[in-house]
Amino acid sequence: MSSTHIVSIYDEELKYLSRRISEMGGTAEQMVADSVRALVTMDVALAQKVISEDVILDNAERQINDKAIVTIAKRQPMAADLREIMGTIRIAAELERVGDLGKNTAKRVIAVQSSGMPRKLARGLEHLAELALIQLKEVLDVFATRSVDKAKAIRERDDEIDAIYTSLFRELLTYMMEDPRNITPCTHLLFCAKNIERIGDHATNIAETIYYMATGSQPEGERPKDDTSTSVVAADVADASE
Amino acid sequence: MNMMSEAAVEKALDKKMNDISYKMIGKDVSVYYGDKRALYDVNLNVRENTVTALIGPSGCGKSTFLRTLNRMNDTIDGCRVTGRITLDTDDIYDQNIDVVELRARVGMVFQKPNPFPKSIYENVAYGPRIHGLAKSKADMDAIVEKSLQKAGLWNEVKDRLQEGGTGLSGGQQQRLCIARAVAVSPEVILMDEPCSALDPIATAKVEELIHELRANFTIVIVTHSMQQAARVSQRTAMFHLGNLVEENDTDKMFTNPDDQRTQDYIMGRFG
Ligand SMILES: Nc1ncnc2c1ncn2[C@@H]1O[C@H](COP(=O)(O)OP(=O)(O)OP(=O)(O)O)[C@@H](O)[C@H]1O
Ligand SMILES: [Mg+2]
Repeated sequence: MSSTHIVSIYDEELKYLSRRISEMGGTAEQMVADSVRALVTMDVALAQKVISEDVILDNAERQINDKAIVTIAKRQPMAADLREIMGTIRIAAELERVGDLGKNTAKRVIAVQSSGMPRKLARGLEHLAELALIQLKEVLDVFATRSVDKAKAIRERDDEIDAIYTSLFRELLTYMMEDPRNITPCTHLLFCAKNIERIGDHATNIAETIYYMATGSQPEGERPKDDTSTSVVAADVADASE
Repeated sequence: MNMMSEAAVEKALDKKMNDISYKMIGKDVSVYYGDKRALYDVNLNVRENTVTALIGPSGCGKSTFLRTLNRMNDTIDGCRVTGRITLDTDDIYDQNIDVVELRARVGMVFQKPNPFPKSIYENVAYGPRIHGLAKSKADMDAIVEKSLQKAGLWNEVKDRLQEGGTGLSGGQQQRLCIARAVAVSPEVILMDEPCSALDPIATAKVEELIHELRANFTIVIVTHSMQQAARVSQRTAMFHLGNLVEENDTDKMFTNPDDQRTQDYIMGRFG
């Protein structure tokens, strides 16, 4: 921000909040990366680690909220300061959700470990996770720099994730139709894919929040649409797999 | 009697709903104290039945501008006002304007409660009496009661109307001054930091009062509390070094102001 407060401790309070967000972001990123690695390598120990880390984000979110509330009460923030604090609360909630999604993926590792995973699926999931993590990482960079242009760019780039998710969705359906014994593991994997895809959405939400914090207005134009798997029907998949 | 046709009434109501109607219009208002210029070509319109807050750092000219609206500056030696200010359609600096009558139409409440050293009753009755607003004792009693009611003070003082106004607490005195201002049925009420000497409860009462007065009066308030400006006003004007730098809807002003100087000021930042 361009100027500093006359009351310098107010600056410290705002800095504390944004530092905690960056920390939460780092933890969430790590959890997502680990959960996906645990999934494709069927590493139960790593999955357990991810599950146990979720509490870090839960606590961090609570602490950020508490500090934000106290700061609002004490400083009665106006304009950009008010938007900053409200945005911080929102972003903390988004990151906490990202952690939950990582944890949920990790939990499913235990359920699918015995069935193994086709190479192709694993690659698809890894690719999906890679893109989601790039989104997350970039949005955290944008949080640090408050670049309005970059915040907008991230928001406009959710399409690719959605496309890969939809193709994974088709593939999983194909496996399920080939052999009913695949239904249980594939259903878990489907949830995992959805979890990862949702992380992209959270990154987009964060980008929009940062845009609002910086400008005081919502980004213009329609948000890229959600995944198109809602229109995939079994017949399509059957056709495609023939 | 001047009967309006139905269509005309509807049109008038429509205008009230859709158009902004300005109670006072200030055009190129400049003020000099001797050689020192305190305001620079201020163009600020005051909307009817609206609370307009004037904010800005100390010495920026808020009180000076406020005083131009009822010619209080006339009482200051060496003070000169240029530009044009109208109340409805009347140019208030016109030679033919009766200043006493103007100040009955545009009343004022000051920072420090300043009741006369007289009874509570007399404090309120004084204005209506000199303006001949009451025909009888009963009339006057009614005006006094109504004004004290409006100022939210009636219940606290109704049993001791003959006691001195200066014997009230600071918050009560300020509400007494508001009752005094209201008693002459002004069209506009100017308030210069009316709550600066009051505790939070008395402040809340005055703010509640401002909210209620808005239905019948047009209010311009100078305040150093950003939160107060945000709470009580619908429009906010920001002054800086004698210039009006921004005037906006209050909600916009305190969430996303346009001017950098406004931002720095309301957020308590260095410019
Ligand atoms: N009676 C006066 N004689 C000479 N200069 C004056 C007089 N009244 C005000 N000024 C000057 O005019 C400028 C504007 O003063 P004004 O009182 O309008 O400021 P303000 O915005 O109301 O400040 P505050 O928030 O401190 O009340 C200041 O520089 C002040 O010194
Ligand atoms: Mg003043």
